[in-house]
Amino acid sequence: MADLERASNAPEEIESDVAIPGEEEKIYVAPYWKLMWWRFRKHKMALLSVGILAVYYFVGIFCEFVAPYNPEQYFVKYKLAPPSKIRTRDVEGKSFQPFVYAVIRERDPETRRNIYTEDTEARYPVQFFVHGTEYEMWGLFKMDVHLFGLPVPQEEQGIFLLGADRLGRDMFSRLCYGARISLSIGMVGVFLSLTLGVVLGGVSGYYGGKVDTIIQRIIEFIRSIPSIPLWMALSAALPSDWPILRLYFGITVILSLIGWTWMARVVRGRFLALREEDFVMAARLAGSSQIRIILRHMVPSFLSYIIASLTLAIPNMILAETGLSFIGLGLRAPAISWGVLLQEANNVRSLALAPWVLTPVLFVVTAVLAFNFVGDGLRDAADPYAR
Amino acid sequence: MLGYILRRILFMIPTLFVVSVISFIVIQLPPGDFLTTYAAQLSEIGDTIDQQALEALEERYGLGQPIYVQYYKWMSGIILRGDWGQSMEWHKPVKELIWERIGLTMALSLVAILVSWFVAIPVGVYSATHQYSILDYAMSVISFIGAGTPGFMIALVIMWLAMTRLNLNVGGLFSPDYLLAPWSLDKLIDMLKHIWIPVVIIAISSTAGSIRTTRANLLDELNKPYVETARAKGLKEGKLVWKYPVRVALNPFFSTVGWSLASLISGQTLVAYVLSLQTTGPMMLRALMSQDMYLAGSFLLLLSAMTVIGTLVSDVLLAWVDPRIRLGG
Repeated sequence: MADLERASNAPEEIESDVAIPGEEEKIYVAPYWKLMWWRFRKHKMALLSVGILAVYYFVGIFCEFVAPYNPEQYFVKYKLAPPSKIRTRDVEGKSFQPFVYAVIRERDPETRRNIYTEDTEARYPVQFFVHGTEYEMWGLFKMDVHLFGLPVPQEEQGIFLLGADRLGRDMFSRLCYGARISLSIGMVGVFLSLTLGVVLGGVSGYYGGKVDTIIQRIIEFIRSIPSIPLWMALSAALPSDWPILRLYFGITVILSLIGWTWMARVVRGRFLALREEDFVMAARLAGSSQIRIILRHMVPSFLSYIIASLTLAIPNMILAETGLSFIGLGLRAPAISWGVLLQEANNVRSLALAPWVLTPVLFVVTAVLAFNFVGDGLRDAADPYAR
Repeated sequence: MLGYILRRILFMIPTLFVVSVISFIVIQLPPGDFLTTYAAQLSEIGDTIDQQALEALEERYGLGQPIYVQYYKWMSGIILRGDWGQSMEWHKPVKELIWERIGLTMALSLVAILVSWFVAIPVGVYSATHQYSILDYAMSVISFIGAGTPGFMIALVIMWLAMTRLNLNVGGLFSPDYLLAPWSLDKLIDMLKHIWIPVVIIAISSTAGSIRTTRANLLDELNKPYVETARAKGLKEGKLVWKYPVRVALNPFFSTVGWSLASLISGQTLVAYVLSLQTTGPMMLRALMSQDMYLAGSFLLLLSAMTVIGTLVSDVLLAWVDPRIRLGG
């Protein structure tokens, strides 16, 4: 077996020795970002996670299109309706394109609960790019094409991939809209803390001395207050009559208020380490200005670390928002985020009757894990020269 | 060493001062003060407001006066008289309300930490000594998921499982009969029957992290020459691992003990909220929601003070373990 492999590889090896540089040499001439990519590529979980996150963000960005229904549209007849079963074979075993049976609601005369049964007489095909409820894409233009759905209006028969909630709203549509807020709040929050952290951490690390001491003390003060109670106290101070958008930014600011201290520590640490490096000294001796040394020489060499730390900070933001919204201190009802959706799950009755109200947990956990894996992969890749 | 500790304690005083100011500002942020809310509440239920009592309260907390006077009255009350203020929602002194809760919370968190150590240390050691074995991989996957899932989500899922599979309602720390009863042996037994679910849930999240730390640290230690030497001298593998490298690998546990102090009393607020435990977290949440600011402020202050003291404790511990820190510091 080993001999065979060697034999088949042999001609290439000879050729590469003569003409083009082989794998070995490529490593020496490859630019930094290429080395990073090769290193990152080896982390299979990180690659898979990038895929998952890409899907999530696609859903978040195009949630109006991906969601089959309006997330606020409710129907009494679909109260706590279970997830629709998508079938490709009917009762007689004949196969069709995917379809759902019509669902009939009955009431249990004793418990007065809804019972949903399938009517095998009526079939609705599941189609892609169907025309359904009208929506405004990004609030800009009107559209009515949805990624998938049934060709009939929701009143007649709905398709509920993940069931319906207490008011008969489609969980899947709500999750799609929730993805937009929950996933972006991490990004925006991290961006805010990055700006603060890089500026203050950079100043602290580059100038050192008194400035450094003062900034470090401030960071210590902020960090000496436990984060969850502080978040709770600050969000409780947000007026309850604020519109969604303002509340959204309020929450992000609160989250980044603590986040930046951590970011500043990372940046400062890198700055302190790099200040002593030979290439910085060389640049200084060559007469580069301070701004040029910082932007042209120092920033690129710790950019990858920053990106890795950012990726690892996003899940914390997402979790914080989810937790705050869940206990009712974050975003509130007309807004849809994964945390707001989870409030439903804190209702023992809903939980017992409709375990699908727990599905946001699945999305939060996979998103958080994916970010952690990508962050891990990036952190390893950030230093491709290390063996 | 003594000088180092003294220096740290001296440095702690301004930190505590700033922390108390921040706590005070934070609880002042919501609009309106508690007396107006209190008066409104009283008149809502048709109670007449005793003008004299109101004025007495106003005088006591310096309401209506400049904010630094209010701060001074609040702090001096706490430091000199042990008066944490009045909870307007419960109509009781804050002091009475918080101590029982803090006791329960600490008991719960302590048990959870101990449980998580008892699980995490052996598992971490096994994972490190059997690196890349199937069990190691399984443990890694489980601890990754455990670390990525916040406690309150685990609590939700476990609550659902317990309800549908075991037909068990897991909320609360006591049966309804014992909720308001004074402490007795029966109440303790009742609590022990309920406490294991929150303990398991809190332990899961912290165990996951601890397993990874133990494993990573021990892996570093196992490659060091002294381990090889001990092995060459013919020490049995079990004794060899447990006696030397494990002890070094566990250092981070002891240096973070101090850090856990605050989390001991803030005790997994979200988990407690889901399981409706009678701990500090849900009470602080309610106090914040109803703008019961002396109660909320006391919690915030206590928690922050605990973190500051906890940091001190872990710094001292670290300095004790590692002389380089205390001599360089």
